[in-house]
Amino acid sequence: MSFPLLTATAALPALGAIATAAVPAARRTAAKWLALLVSLATLVLAVVVLVRFEPGGDRYQLTESHAWIADFGVRYELGVDGIGVALIALTALLIPFVILAGWHDADPLETRSSRWRPTQGFFALILAVEAMVILSFEATDVFLFYIFFEAMLIPMYFLIGGFGDRAHAGTDEKAAAQRSYAAVKFLLYNLVGGLIMLAAVIGLYVVAGNFSLQEIAEARANGTLDMATNTERWLFLGFFFAFAVKAPLWPLHTWLPNAMGEATAPVAVLITAVVDKVGTFAMLRFCLQLFPEASKWATPVILVLALISIVYGALLAVGQRDIKRLVAYASISHFGFIIMGIFAMTSQGQSGATLYMVNHGISTAALMLVAGFLISRRGSRLIADYGGVQKVAPVLAGTFLIGSLATLSLPGLAPFVSEFLVLVGTFTRYPVIGIIATFGIVLAALYTLVLYQRTMTGPVKPEVSAMPDLRVRELVVVTPLIALLIFLGVFPKPLTDIVNPAVEHTMSDVQKQDPKPEVEAAK
Amino acid sequence: MENLIALLVAAPLLGAAVLLCGGRRLDAVGHWIGTVLAAASFVIGAILFADMLGKGAEEREMTQHLFSWVPVEGFQADVAFQLDQLSMTFVLLISGVGSLIHVYSIGYMEHDERRRRFFGYLNLFLAAMLLLVLADNYLLLYVGWEGVGLASYLLIGFWQHKPSAATAAKKAFLVNRVGDMGLSIAIMLMFAWFGTFAFGPVLEATGETSEGKLTAIGLMLLLAACGKSAQVPLQSWLGDAMEGPTPVSALIHAATMVTAGVYLIVRSGAIFNGAPDAQLAVTVVGAVTLLFGAIVGCAKDDIKKALAGSTMSQIGYMILAAGLGPIGYVFAIMHLVTHGFFKAGLFLGAGSVMHGMNDEVDMRKYGGLRKYMPVTFVTFGLGYLAIIGFPGLSGFFSKDKIIEAAFAKGGTEGWILGGVALLGAAITAYYMTRVMLMTFFGEERWRHAPTPSPAEPSVEPAAETHGEHAEPHPHESPSSMTIPMIVLAFGSVFAGAFFGIGDRFIHWLEPVTDHAHGHPPVSALTVTLSTVAVMVIGVGVAYAQYGRRPVPVAAPRGSLLTRAARRDLLQDDFNHVVLVRGGEHLTRSLVYVDHTLVDGVVNGTAASMGGLSGRLRRLQNGFARSYAVSMFGGAAVLIAATLLMRAV
Repeated sequence: MSFPLLTATAALPALGAIATAAVPAARRTAAKWLALLVSLATLVLAVVVLVRFEPGGDRYQLTESHAWIADFGVRYELGVDGIGVALIALTALLIPFVILAGWHDADPLETRSSRWRPTQGFFALILAVEAMVILSFEATDVFLFYIFFEAMLIPMYFLIGGFGDRAHAGTDEKAAAQRSYAAVKFLLYNLVGGLIMLAAVIGLYVVAGNFSLQEIAEARANGTLDMATNTERWLFLGFFFAFAVKAPLWPLHTWLPNAMGEATAPVAVLITAVVDKVGTFAMLRFCLQLFPEASKWATPVILVLALISIVYGALLAVGQRDIKRLVAYASISHFGFIIMGIFAMTSQGQSGATLYMVNHGISTAALMLVAGFLISRRGSRLIADYGGVQKVAPVLAGTFLIGSLATLSLPGLAPFVSEFLVLVGTFTRYPVIGIIATFGIVLAALYTLVLYQRTMTGPVKPEVSAMPDLRVRELVVVTPLIALLIFLGVFPKPLTDIVNPAVEHTMSDVQKQDPKPEVEAAK
Repeated sequence: MENLIALLVAAPLLGAAVLLCGGRRLDAVGHWIGTVLAAASFVIGAILFADMLGKGAEEREMTQHLFSWVPVEGFQADVAFQLDQLSMTFVLLISGVGSLIHVYSIGYMEHDERRRRFFGYLNLFLAAMLLLVLADNYLLLYVGWEGVGLASYLLIGFWQHKPSAATAAKKAFLVNRVGDMGLSIAIMLMFAWFGTFAFGPVLEATGETSEGKLTAIGLMLLLAACGKSAQVPLQSWLGDAMEGPTPVSALIHAATMVTAGVYLIVRSGAIFNGAPDAQLAVTVVGAVTLLFGAIVGCAKDDIKKALAGSTMSQIGYMILAAGLGPIGYVFAIMHLVTHGFFKAGLFLGAGSVMHGMNDEVDMRKYGGLRKYMPVTFVTFGLGYLAIIGFPGLSGFFSKDKIIEAAFAKGGTEGWILGGVALLGAAITAYYMTRVMLMTFFGEERWRHAPTPSPAEPSVEPAAETHGEHAEPHPHESPSSMTIPMIVLAFGSVFAGAFFGIGDRFIHWLEPVTDHAHGHPPVSALTVTLSTVAVMVIGVGVAYAQYGRRPVPVAAPRGSLLTRAARRDLLQDDFNHVVLVRGGEHLTRSLVYVDHTLVDGVVNGTAASMGGLSGRLRRLQNGFARSYAVSMFGGAAVLIAATLLMRAV
């Protein structure tokens, strides 16, 4: 038997989480380094996965399969397609930056006793989330996926509720109350989604007799597994609801601004750049593959909701006064683009959506982490408390500008490629929706540039006049992200090569073909 | 030879990367690096030009394929270049004027502590602009298109500590984004209908496409052109863009970037040729902007804003010509090139005047400067004669041809367009004479009126705000500034005659853009004589108002039209009330709706569905954590129970 590479990629951060948590209270710095090294080792494994994966090969590769709960038909089945590989790489790539950016976020306050070990907990939880997210991208057994999809809520809950942003306008008590509210709201929304999905998972088992994604999909494709139209639709809705909460899709989005606002910036990145991607990923993998007919049935409604997300999220971002909430609403707008690309059901739309997941992860990480550095310097999340920062901290301002430009999808940076693919892919099938979505590019310029103008330009505010520029640790975080944004904007081929075959498979799952150009169709 | 094409873009791009990432170490030599790399681009362009001249007219097009950019099923976007006569014209203009302005900036920005960064941005602009004109497909053109927008944003807001500069930069980018929507949609339409957006296949496929589709694409391209070229209704950013340093105004907001819209339309000529309605829209936009810009230019006392109005108006001429189809394309580009010379020269002259006048921009506080700045006076004067179309100078040849072509469109349209173009020529002569007289002639009004501080107090002195309050001591600028002005003045005088006599420019561009000789309803001589006549009238009226009477230092109240024109014909106020205020109200109410309604409904639904409303109330009373733990415990029990039941 070959080396279980996929298991190892997830097991490493899981074991690292346990080890980090076990580091004695006094050795905080050791815990940080341990977590960082584990995350880097995981990145190495993810790169091995990337290298070993053959884009032209089988649909699912590096597969592992073991009986688990035999009576119940649950198997420990792992496998990755191009989309999974890309997202595992994204996750493994971002975690070291998240850890490095949050280096001091969980240092204990002096008032606590020496037995208090928040630092160890913070980094252990991040690694635990990483392990579960990676397993979600790998699992090809529906039940196995469900377990990790739900289980990651626990560490996320504690990360949001236990380690809030110290830059809070109110008193400590008020901050704690808002933090709990945000954490519970996050948990409740996702739990409700998860419970509905659980019902659908059980329903699927009743209909199909097992949980194997590949088996069910195959049986669906060759006609041996018939589902009544209504059954399929209900099951689809059960799955989709959970993913739409996590993604998040309008109107289920309201937990995200709370969670991202109250959490520390690195945790906010973890939420929006990593954890939420499981939702959009699962739409592609489970909704389209298991319920192709129901997916097509629901497409018009989903596209409209996605379109609302795009415009609504962007308008709300314009109206925000809190930097982190602004980024959260921008993310809602971007998730609208991703979901639109998935359900446009064209090669360009789905390739674009997958690239979008990766690119949004990198660009949001860049913007949010720099915003976090800014916020930690001034101790405020309010846009109005800043002004003229570029004069005192030009490197910080420059990186913030690049993050903003990536967020508004400037051509030449990675997000442009994916956003344009999604727009084109949607437009060829749904021209009106494609055109309305284009307004998103104007609004994105509005909220990012207004944010930049208010915080970075103008006369220097006295409170920011002594602000230090980016430190070495912070530069180590930001520079590689920016380099990646430029590289993938100019040369996205390595990524598209991996993603394209997987998209072809999904397109054949839903039995859709790209609309032919009219000139060609006429011939 | 075609492998050199990429170097045209690579040289300034390298400069931008080195200068922007290099840090303070390069402060001492940064401007030289930037200038040398800009000049390198010009030299490569000249080599390619010489090579091109050696070939027959039909074999001059060169292509270079670098790599496949976005390889996705059914979607082919390449990083590939196409250098033909049209691109070549732009390459020489951009890198040539660009290099001159780099040289000028060495002197102009000498006292700015961020000079290295300024040159980095200028190089970035050159790279993006060259990419725009060299791309062989619309998507890559889009990269250059937004790239110049970015450079423009960075340079308008170069003095970021001035809120007005930061606002102007943001406004420029946003208005341009509205235009970019047009370009995006045009590309999407091409992809949906032709399956490609490369110039070659798209422009070939126009023959077999219905007029309606071509009109749709054409109108979207026109929207894009309106944004970039500051044409009505997306013109409002250009006046504010004068917040940028003057070399930027000369290079980006006069000679090159703002003419990208003209390039786009001429490049897409085959699409417009098949869509008469779109062409009509183009000519209308051009004609309206031509008058709009000219009227605004008459009322501004700020020398740069007067010139900005003039730029708008002159680009209106080009857009008008481009809308005329094959009878106008060549003249649109010809006017674009001559305008590049004389308008860049005028801006550099204005910068030189400001340099010597403590950065005062109000022409009412100039006067009689010809004695103190002889070189600036002569070069500016030649640019002035060129733009008003003084017989024999550049503007005379290029503008006359456009007016002729407008008449040649035929029918009522032809008379209207021709009449507007003629009227525009009169107004041009008027406002430019006004600028000339107020600046270089008349009483020395600056003597008794020391320059007040600028409207926006700056935190610390920057290049354009140092030494305020002192009485100005007008002086000639250093040679690094005057030499580029002299070179451009040379172009302003001779370029038109060189291009126009013997139809050289027509023969050069014809293989790319096609050319049809227009036949105006009146003889060409009549048109030319009328053009000269209205020019004389314009100059005469201005002389009567500003030459023979003293110019008041404080602006008189003026007529209703003057007051409206000072406020950009109220278009900005309309934008402010409708878009800015309206948008603010919309977003504010949406924030409220999201907070109360959407959140409330979803929370409420979830609560009632799960029977959790009582718990939710407790949650808000601060029992959050215990609640969450119990909730999670419940879920865990549920899952375990289900598992167990199944397993049994």
